[in-house]
Amino acid sequence: MQSDVENLIQKYREIPGGLVPLLQETQEEVGYLPREVLEKIASGLNLSLAKVVGVATFYHQFYLQPRGKNIIRVCMGTACHVRGASDILAAFEKELNIEVGETTLDQNFTLEEVACIGACSLAPVISINDNTHGKLVAGKIPELLGKYEKAVLH
Amino acid sequence: MKKEILVCQGSACVSSQSRDVYDALESELKVRGLEEKYSLKPTGCHGFCEQGPIVLIEPEGYFYCQVKDKQVPKLVDCLQEGSVYEELLYKSSETQEPLKTRNEIPFYQKQKRLVLQNCGLIDPESIDDYINSGGYSSLQKVLSMEPDEVIKEVKDSGVRGRGGGGFPTGDKWYYGRQPQADKKYIICNAEESDPGAFIDRSILECDPHRVLEGMLTAGYAIGACEGFVYIRSEYPLAVKRIYSAISQALEKGYLGKNIMNSGFDFDVQIKQGAGAFVCGEETALIESIQGNSGMPRPRPPYPAEKGLWDRPTIVNNVETLSNIPIIFDKGASQYARIGTQQSKGTKIFALTGKIRHTGLVEVPMGITLREIIFEIGGGIKDDKKFKAVQIGGPSGGCLSEGYLDFPVDYDSLIDAGAMMGSGGLVVLDESTCIVELARYFLSFTRMEACGKCTPCREGNTRLLEILQRIIEGEGKMEDLDRLETLSRNIIDTSLCGLGQSAPNPVLTTLQNFRGEYEKHVKERKCPAGVCQALLSYKIIQENCKGCGICMKHCPAGAITGEKNQPHNIDADVCAKCGECVDKCPFGAIVPG
Repeated sequence: MQSDVENLIQKYREIPGGLVPLLQETQEEVGYLPREVLEKIASGLNLSLAKVVGVATFYHQFYLQPRGKNIIRVCMGTACHVRGASDILAAFEKELNIEVGETTLDQNFTLEEVACIGACSLAPVISINDNTHGKLVAGKIPELLGKYEKAVLH
Repeated sequence: MKKEILVCQGSACVSSQSRDVYDALESELKVRGLEEKYSLKPTGCHGFCEQGPIVLIEPEGYFYCQVKDKQVPKLVDCLQEGSVYEELLYKSSETQEPLKTRNEIPFYQKQKRLVLQNCGLIDPESIDDYINSGGYSSLQKVLSMEPDEVIKEVKDSGVRGRGGGGFPTGDKWYYGRQPQADKKYIICNAEESDPGAFIDRSILECDPHRVLEGMLTAGYAIGACEGFVYIRSEYPLAVKRIYSAISQALEKGYLGKNIMNSGFDFDVQIKQGAGAFVCGEETALIESIQGNSGMPRPRPPYPAEKGLWDRPTIVNNVETLSNIPIIFDKGASQYARIGTQQSKGTKIFALTGKIRHTGLVEVPMGITLREIIFEIGGGIKDDKKFKAVQIGGPSGGCLSEGYLDFPVDYDSLIDAGAMMGSGGLVVLDESTCIVELARYFLSFTRMEACGKCTPCREGNTRLLEILQRIIEGEGKMEDLDRLETLSRNIIDTSLCGLGQSAPNPVLTTLQNFRGEYEKHVKERKCPAGVCQALLSYKIIQENCKGCGICMKHCPAGAITGEKNQPHNIDADVCAKCGECVDKCPFGAIVPG
């Protein structure tokens, strides 16, 4: 991991505007952006830590805490909102016994909100990792989660 | 002619398992040794997303909806017999008659598909498909013209920016052409973050070369050799397709050095956004490409003068750029015949919410909201009553029934207090609470605000607090006036488009639905039955059989009554959870 981050810093240190893609690729590599990684990026790019943390916390995409193996994102866009997205979110919270923004104790699921994933015609919509699930009803949630739980076990 | 089987692989169809349908077709054709006879092709979106996965059979034009992988063997049987698989056809909602082709379906009849003309019909990952349907021929024309002539043609077409503000594109290019600089840039704004809009995503997924052709034309016109596509990373499929389009265009010589032997060089890079709504604003977007937090800066200087790395930069939205090849194919005067006096061409809308047919539609400017919602969209879902339409996303406005016959164009919408915005059109029925909707939009814009200027940061927070108070039954009548005054102050004094438009949903709902606000404040009631704190439930005595199910499920113990006798709810004890409403087998419990 150390050398990967070093390599990425080398790749972007001379590129103007490279901080955002560097953070994106680093997060992809490490899973999130821990403080020591942000410090390394700051010194590598000759920026202040405040600047790097500022950018990392400005954008929704960056995480300063570790996340679960499966990322559930409940779409809170307008179309989903008027078709009951908040009930879907509440059902996930109940089923996983966590609140939005949190990760289950077994590190299996992280529950997040997303502004809109642009699949409005299938509202209410959620995504788990890269898969989108549309026209969701609360009753189907346990079955859906089961699929991902099994996938982790195997 | 070889028969074609076109399987939609747009995001919505993919979430309805269209990949399984594609795979099943592929293996079925292989097993039957028919791979040579039929050509199986993945395509982009038809816009009728609710009916996905969609499979189109050409040349007959059979339009199959909601296809499942297990129906594939029979589908191939029909293909071989030359017959129609009737169960998969769309049925007219009035007569239940099956309709064979796309053009017979009411959803398509009032549309004018220009920008979306290739969508669903070509393979988005094949440049040859694009070229065969006439692609890159307008660029050829452009490269034989003088840049000033190109700009004049765009000005004459009357096309205006589709991303929100509606600024005339030809004028923008003219301003980009004027300054002398060692470098200039074209940026394609694909940071489509309006909740409820998926126009740009669809274009990039279905017809990415059209966007590149528009960018190339813009670059040639202003004298830029470099372009950026700034795209949301939440759109993985669109990102993949624009990458593949760029590499194919490079290979074929439509990008890179000396394009089509004209001496014109142009390169395109992709920048993925990191999740910030405000980056849809052009100066914030430029900051983000420069590796900073996406905070807007005051204009002037406009990016056309001083933009990316302080060089002249033109930022155009995906849909705007996609209109450019049409202007040069048809000629400006022909293009300008479509639409209204001040708004030319077509507009794509993402039709969602409580409407029967959700999806993506392209209509000529000037069409009425009634035509879009009731004729194309098929009216309100579950035969409920139309209440309002939110147009233009969180920066737009909420229009009531009285506006249904309003023509949809830039200026009429501004007059109505809304805006074209990015083209989200969310239809609401009687079960949507208007006050809660205004709160929803405002909480979105407040969360997405960058925090740089005070009116937006503090003002919108105060607006939100007032709305929250009203929803919780703590509102006062003065609050309504306060909302209005504060909204106007925020609009007048905010730094960028986000702050200047964030109060629009509050103002338009107040203007069009003041009665509903007053009910919340004066009577402490939510007519739509949405605001939890204002809800109360009652048992309709005639319908209640006294079965006791509600009493058993009530977590607060608020329901009392003798067996086989009508029950009652004690409003003071009731926790307003709604459990009893869900559990009552006789529908005897209602809000009220």
